Amino acid sequence: MEGTKPDKLVIAGVEFSSRLLMGTGKFASPEIMARALEASGTELVTAALRRVDLNDPQDNLLRAIDRRRYRLLPNTSGARDAEEAVRLARLARAASGIAWVKLEVTPEPTHLLPDPIETLRAAEVLVREGFVVLPYINADPLLARRLEEAGCATVMPLAAPIGTGRGLKTRDQIGIIIEQSRVPVVVDAGLGLPSHAAESMELGAAAVLVNTAVAAAEDPVTMARAFRLAVEAGRLAFLSGPMGESPRAQASSPLTGFLWEEPK
Amino acid sequence: MSPAFWPLLEQLTTDAKRRLAEANPEQVRKALTRRLTPADAPLLVSEAAGQFIEVMAHLARRLTILRFGRVITLYAPLYLSNYCQNQCLYCGFSARRPIERIALGLEQVEQEADIILSQGIRHLLLVTGEAPEKYGLDRIVEAARRLRPRVASLSVEIFPCSLTDYRRLVSAGVDGLVLYQETYQPQVYARLHPAGPKSDFAARLAAIEAGGEAGMRSLGVGALLGLAPPRLDACLLIQHAAWLERRFPRSRLAISFPRLRPVPGGIEAEHPVDDKLLVQFILAARLLLPDAEIVVSTREPAALRDRLLGLGVTRISAGSRTSPGGYSGKAMDDHAGQFFTEDRRSVSEVIQAVRAAGLDVALKDFDAAFCGEKST
Repeated sequence: MEGTKPDKLVIAGVEFSSRLLMGTGKFASPEIMARALEASGTELVTAALRRVDLNDPQDNLLRAIDRRRYRLLPNTSGARDAEEAVRLARLARAASGIAWVKLEVTPEPTHLLPDPIETLRAAEVLVREGFVVLPYINADPLLARRLEEAGCATVMPLAAPIGTGRGLKTRDQIGIIIEQSRVPVVVDAGLGLPSHAAESMELGAAAVLVNTAVAAAEDPVTMARAFRLAVEAGRLAFLSGPMGESPRAQASSPLTGFLWEEPK
Repeated sequence: MSPAFWPLLEQLTTDAKRRLAEANPEQVRKALTRRLTPADAPLLVSEAAGQFIEVMAHLARRLTILRFGRVITLYAPLYLSNYCQNQCLYCGFSARRPIERIALGLEQVEQEADIILSQGIRHLLLVTGEAPEKYGLDRIVEAARRLRPRVASLSVEIFPCSLTDYRRLVSAGVDGLVLYQETYQPQVYARLHPAGPKSDFAARLAAIEAGGEAGMRSLGVGALLGLAPPRLDACLLIQHAAWLERRFPRSRLAISFPRLRPVPGGIEAEHPVDDKLLVQFILAARLLLPDAEIVVSTREPAALRDRLLGLGVTRISAGSRTSPGGYSGKAMDDHAGQFFTEDRRSVSEVIQAVRAAGLDVALKDFDAAFCGEKST
């Protein structure tokens, strides 16, 4: 890889220069959110259909998202089953013409973990209806494969439960998903620090999505920039072929020491 | 038989009393450094925890930002009727009070909703007294159906209903149920609710479970502070909410600590709760129920409400009128109201105050698409 070669993220045929997707919830104001989006360098921004009104041109949150700079990715956060998610996506498309949807089906408001069965069911319906579907899932390689087979444009496994900021707790499973996937793998949820994002990118993730880690920071704008740099660094590291860890032998109890022992 | 909270209450009460009495600062200090569970409720609402209120506030603030962000959701009550056959000694709607009784027709309900919506609020709470023959379920269902397409979220605070009736409300697009037990101390409860269907403590406690069973997405519980020894009520309220959260994992819990405001002819608070104790209860609720909404109404004064915003509260009412028809004409201190509001600021003034506190306002945090009949 040479420094000049373009390294684009491609989702459903659309190219993105940034590999950082941003959420829009939890910010102290739409203005701070807008500045954080700008500092993050993102080009793909998700907003909860629960929070925004696509029919309302005066909607505070939507007005703060510059649609010439960012592609809007509506999400179905709050949906408890496939039917609600599908209904929400259809209404969003009818109101805005946007056929991209970040599919979230989280039946329990406490941990907001995605329901794999309902997610797959909804994905199948939405893909059939022509949506570009980006499903939020637990880091389950088999589910990821099923969703890819169903025609999803990406898979978005969680690093840790949403909003916890605990980092790449599902590293091994995400590694398998990355290995097997032919669609972009976007690490979503649970990243708390730029180093977590860098680690995900080093592992070979196509992109990461961040929200709480930026919105809950004391200075969201600076934190957004930190994530931007971390994602770029992690991507470059992945592309440049890391040296890997040295397979150093354990000196304490050698397995072949007998070869050099004096005969007794 | 599905599991119920009522059979657990006596044991929880005995334990809570003992642990409230035994709690010492050292236990509280230790608890605040480890993972808390609802079993710690007596400890965090105890007198001993009072000296840790600043530590609790920092923890609660952090937790609230992580779970809910720097965002406050606004809602407004819409009173449908103040007819009531209960005689709650503290309530403005008591059947014994000689107030003008009003039951809004559908047109009037829509007029009221129009005014609330024009101010920007899209989360509505429909409220009635308990008088099924004057304003029964059919009329509430009808009002809900009429309003549903125009609002983001629709909750009810009405008389206790059966599972079948709650299912009807859910089908009509009602997504939230608010039903305060008032006090978790049955003897006190009996004294304060001498007549009418509300005198049945256990039936009231069971109704919220029927609401959860019927699929209400939000379950709101509360205790009217001032009626009974408050630390015990706060403790049992938190434990009730925690129990409901486990029992109905698909519903979000909302918890509220309204303080009694005397109405003319009503009783004074026998166990007054000062600001410090109220704050302690709110902080304890946040630390023990990280995912629950914490609700504060306009019965609290503006200055205090503004200070509570950063401390765990996630949902507040604004511009409230507490009598039927109150938005479209009646004076704000109308004697037909359920209680007197303290925070009399307009919705836009409240929005300004929330923003001044460094928080965003969510006027919409739910969607009609979540409601309605399921095809399967």
